[in-house]
Amino acid sequence: MAIRSKIFCETYHEDIKLLNTYWSKAWMGLFIIGLFILPFLGDTYMVYMVNLCCIATVAAVGLNLLTGFTGQISLGHAAFLAIGAYTGTILSEGLNMPFWVTVPAGGLVAAAAGILVGIPCLRLKGLYLAMATMSFGVMVEYVLITLKGVTGGERGMYMPEVDVFGMVLNTDESIYYFLLVITAIMIVAAKNIVRTRVGRAFVAVRDRDIAAEVMGVNLTLYKVMAFALSSFYAGVAGVMYAYVMGHIHPEHFTMLHSVEYLAMIIVGGLGSILGSIFGAIFIVVIPEFIKILAQTIEEAIPAMAGKYDDEWNIAAFGLLIMLFLIFEPGGLNSIWQRLKIGFKNWPFTY
Amino acid sequence: MAQLEIQDLTLNFGGITALSGVAFNVQQGDIHALIGPNGAGKTSLFNVISGIYRPSQGQAVFEGNILNKTSPHRIAAMGVARTFQNIELFQHMSVIDNLLLGRHLHMGTGILSGAMFYGKALREEVRNRLRVEEIIDFLEIEKVRKKPVGSLPYGVQKRVEIGRALANDPRILLLDEPVAGMNVEETEDIARFVLDVKEELGITILMVEHDMGVVMDIADRVTVLDFGILIADGTPSQVQANPKVIEAYLGEGDEEQWNVN
Repeated sequence: MAIRSKIFCETYHEDIKLLNTYWSKAWMGLFIIGLFILPFLGDTYMVYMVNLCCIATVAAVGLNLLTGFTGQISLGHAAFLAIGAYTGTILSEGLNMPFWVTVPAGGLVAAAAGILVGIPCLRLKGLYLAMATMSFGVMVEYVLITLKGVTGGERGMYMPEVDVFGMVLNTDESIYYFLLVITAIMIVAAKNIVRTRVGRAFVAVRDRDIAAEVMGVNLTLYKVMAFALSSFYAGVAGVMYAYVMGHIHPEHFTMLHSVEYLAMIIVGGLGSILGSIFGAIFIVVIPEFIKILAQTIEEAIPAMAGKYDDEWNIAAFGLLIMLFLIFEPGGLNSIWQRLKIGFKNWPFTY
Repeated sequence: MAQLEIQDLTLNFGGITALSGVAFNVQQGDIHALIGPNGAGKTSLFNVISGIYRPSQGQAVFEGNILNKTSPHRIAAMGVARTFQNIELFQHMSVIDNLLLGRHLHMGTGILSGAMFYGKALREEVRNRLRVEEIIDFLEIEKVRKKPVGSLPYGVQKRVEIGRALANDPRILLLDEPVAGMNVEETEDIARFVLDVKEELGITILMVEHDMGVVMDIADRVTVLDFGILIADGTPSQVQANPKVIEAYLGEGDEEQWNVN
């Protein structure tokens, strides 16, 4: 066999495959195996953190489809998570529905809400759209607190443990696999959507809306579709969240959370699925790192003892995001792409 | 019957009249040039045809369908494609993706089938890619097909934009200043492509252009606008000899000043 020095494709089908080299397939295989054996390697807390990463990833991918790909900024993403989470909980607790009903239903109800928000937002752009979606988020929060009969108001709601065909997943380790499968499906679906007709239309709407329309893209339809799709992802993430936490409360879905999701896609890389994953993991994990770092400093310098609190964590977090915006506007994804090019050309520098 | 009929078109912006009572026909298979000094309303006319502006009066009729009653994406579906004066490509997409977006109307993959990327959606991607590759060959942009459009030089971007419009398989192609800002060689290339589009693909072309050399060489018919009013319409030689056109371009009077050379 001849040594393949580059990727040679003989059909267009080969050319558009996601994993088109032996190496990328091998790495992906290793990565999946690694994810499956993770619970055996780490402790429960680590698995719990990965669970949170999965939820954040699905939510961030959804927001990136809307904000990164279609260019429609949203400050109400957490509200769609809330709609998904409450829908899932009500169906599961009240009607005893299994997970394969609650997860898609949470997504679909959130998507319906997304369409309702998307239609009046069609004519809004930039800051105005941010304001409109933000007010939607505040409205949802208010409704969740006021509608005590349905949502439990300030007390929140309890989600039963997820039952996968008779198997009750009541530990972080067992629910981990459940979340992993949903997350994988959602990521692959997003990846496929953005490389086909709908995804191209989304990017076209973002880059040049007038040219997109002149080329035959129905602007109204695609903007609403982006809202619906993004909210579907948020809704699914919401149901996942409810299953992991077991308890949901209006305070889990505030505007601050929406801003956090926005931070995820900015840090990760706007308009990139991989970037959303990086960003979600980064934002979930970094506060832990800051905490560990603070503890190390406290131990090393006695004068610093007792100075650390959560406020400091938030401040450090904000600083990190600022630094990212200044030094790496393309986000973690562009760092990754540069590394990849470096490896590809190794041992040459170009 | 003409393929595209502009009938008594008037376009007002507040107090400004961009077009007033413009009427002319574009025949099937012609290269029809639209010329006139800056601010004559050429691009405004294009925007009316492609549905971005609504005229105050009159209409544009393409193959029997009234264009300006409907939205731009429906007009695209009728077989009208265009390029823009200032390149309006999707900067962050590759050349292939830009052209595939041009195939938007010829594809049917929705969110669900796209998410699976299997069967019909996959076949559709491959089939349309074939057509896109034909256009890439036609415009000789093979080398840059996977590059993001924003990183390409101006002349190539102009060519990609023609490609994106062609990907729509239009029956009429509106070109807004296809050779603006190009050197002689690039201009000749584009002129050759425009002739090929007409002869090989049989697509009618309506073209706004300031380069009189190109217009007089390749156009079958020329329409001249000045301050939103149609002042001449005919073959290139007729238009060239028209005193109103000369006046519009060179200004009135002082013959002596022009006779110096």
